[in-house]
Amino acid sequence: MKISLFIPCLTDQSAPETGRATVRLLERLGHTVYYDYRQTCCGQALFNAGFRDEARQLAERFICIFRDAEVVVAPSGSCVSMVKHHYRELDLAPDIADDWESLKDRVWELYSFLVDKLSITDVGARFPNSVTYHASCHLLRDLRVKDQPLQLLKEVEDLELVEGNWGDECCGFGGVFSARYPELSRAIADRRATALASGGAKYITGADDSCLINLNEAFKRIKVSQRTIHIARILAS
Amino acid sequence: MSDLLILNMSKIKQNIKRSLKDEQLCSAVLNSCLRSSAKRDNTVDEIDDLPAARQTARTGRQRSLDELDILHKQFETSFKSAGGNLHYADTAEEACRIIVRILKRANAHQGVKAKSMVSEEIGLGKELVQAGIDAIESDLGEYIVQLAGEPPSHITAPALHRSKESIGRLFAEKLHIPYTDDPVELTEIARNVLRERYLNAEFGISGANFVIAESGHIMVVENEGNGRLGASMPKVFIAITGIEKVIPSLRDIPPILRLLARSATGQRATSYVNLLRPANNKEDAPDEFHLVFVDNGRRRTLVDPLMREMLLCIRCGACLNICPVYRSVGGHAYDSVYPGPMGAVLSNLLGKEPMMQPELPALSTLCGACKDECPVEIDLPGLLLELRARAKKPAFERIAAASWRWTMSTPTRYDLAGRMAKLSGSILGGVLPGKGFLNKETSFRREIE
Repeated sequence: MKISLFIPCLTDQSAPETGRATVRLLERLGHTVYYDYRQTCCGQALFNAGFRDEARQLAERFICIFRDAEVVVAPSGSCVSMVKHHYRELDLAPDIADDWESLKDRVWELYSFLVDKLSITDVGARFPNSVTYHASCHLLRDLRVKDQPLQLLKEVEDLELVEGNWGDECCGFGGVFSARYPELSRAIADRRATALASGGAKYITGADDSCLINLNEAFKRIKVSQRTIHIARILAS
Repeated sequence: MSDLLILNMSKIKQNIKRSLKDEQLCSAVLNSCLRSSAKRDNTVDEIDDLPAARQTARTGRQRSLDELDILHKQFETSFKSAGGNLHYADTAEEACRIIVRILKRANAHQGVKAKSMVSEEIGLGKELVQAGIDAIESDLGEYIVQLAGEPPSHITAPALHRSKESIGRLFAEKLHIPYTDDPVELTEIARNVLRERYLNAEFGISGANFVIAESGHIMVVENEGNGRLGASMPKVFIAITGIEKVIPSLRDIPPILRLLARSATGQRATSYVNLLRPANNKEDAPDEFHLVFVDNGRRRTLVDPLMREMLLCIRCGACLNICPVYRSVGGHAYDSVYPGPMGAVLSNLLGKEPMMQPELPALSTLCGACKDECPVEIDLPGLLLELRARAKKPAFERIAAASWRWTMSTPTRYDLAGRMAKLSGSILGGVLPGKGFLNKETSFRREIE
């Protein structure tokens, strides 16, 4: 399959290794990975901040770049949820809106792509560490991707999956929210980090670099040894 | 970003800072929310077909909104023929005026008040004090916050932000009694004060969860029995509710009630479900039975195709309990009568004009937990996003958004901005907030180039 990669701007700049791991993983599975250099930002940050017209311009750009793709795969729940669900709420130009209608079902979040589209749970990875999974909100509640990441993790050789009853509370990032209310965002993050660290796993993994970087900072603040790692890096190992 | 303009720190930001510093408040709020959410899960999950149950409740509420005018006509007929006095108030001020007038005309000076968020919404407490009318809150939580001179911090658990120790100190100070923090003793103390007041009450005021068009009933759910005492003992009874709370018939109650109690407190049913109606036998009922319908922006919301959905709300408070923001700072931080996700929406719909609390929709991580918790499936994150779009933005935000859009519109600008961010990150090192996001490695795209 020819896969068009969408690497969200935050991952590109702040967690490039996630992008590299995504490429390694998909190529190892025998697919051709294609990256279009015109891509930048899906518009989610602007949309969430209430700037719909500005967000629309980036959305239209995104659609024009990806409309001919066979499938678009991105290692992020929140950006994929933006493209699949929220572009509808932008006042897209009619012809672009038509393109989006046909594109949106070809846009996949990585884990759901592997499990639901490719029907793969064993990607041939080995990661000899204990790991706890943190479900990022938009992946879980917007895309309803709940079990797929766990199915994938369970098949990783030598990986010890640590599960617990710490629920699915938000990490407190929320994009513009964390810029506007930094102390509050940190308080939520510290609470979530404390809960996740209580299981004692060495790594906390998840599907969105935004949440993972936010949690990683929280782990340092609360002075525990846990660190975050994007699930693509585990699956590509 | 806006922290750069510290000159003008919003009231909400100040409240957040204050709440976060108050450890006792933080732990009281968090523990209470966690407990309520867990109890909610236990009883909500025992419903056989939960998605269908929520859909039924939602459809029922939608039908009520669709047929609101007809239902109001029906209710008017049934309520008036039972002997009730019906009032409509377009605004908060008008609602208060109506209530004060009723009480003055009846020469009623002191009475008991049961829980009503609409009374908070219209600022009734202050108006009564100004009119020289003494109304004591009879719901335990409301009694506590009234003693403290605070507004409720939660729509169903008004004193949730207070620990038992802080309630003990409050009672000792205000009631001149020895300090105790034993919840049973504290409840007994409040009960004794309130019993005395019921016996002398000249009026009772209560909110209403729903009113029933076909039968003219007013439904009040509660756990303390204060609602029914206040509605039956005094000679004057006034119920107050929003115009959206009319439902067609008694048969429409169970689908909503089974979710309301479970979502609010994790109870299968509240201790009391009162169906109140004016009665001819005045020995068992008040001489005067009034209902005040409050609009205060609801009609306007009803014709707003996107925001209309908020009027489905049945005020269970589950969205507050599950919200990571509410759990961290409690209700007072919102600087609004209705806090939490539902409050951040509703506060921008009610009142003299829309968007009176434009900062509140931003006070959410948009995690979506509230939507999953809502018994009538209100798309709270969607409504918050819509309100964010409608809010007037400060100049610096508009400039930031325009710059973002401009930067992201060509790959060259994007790459340049990325390089500049990395450069400033390596110059400024670890002093920037959000430093975890500044990765000095080459960006993914430039590396694979």
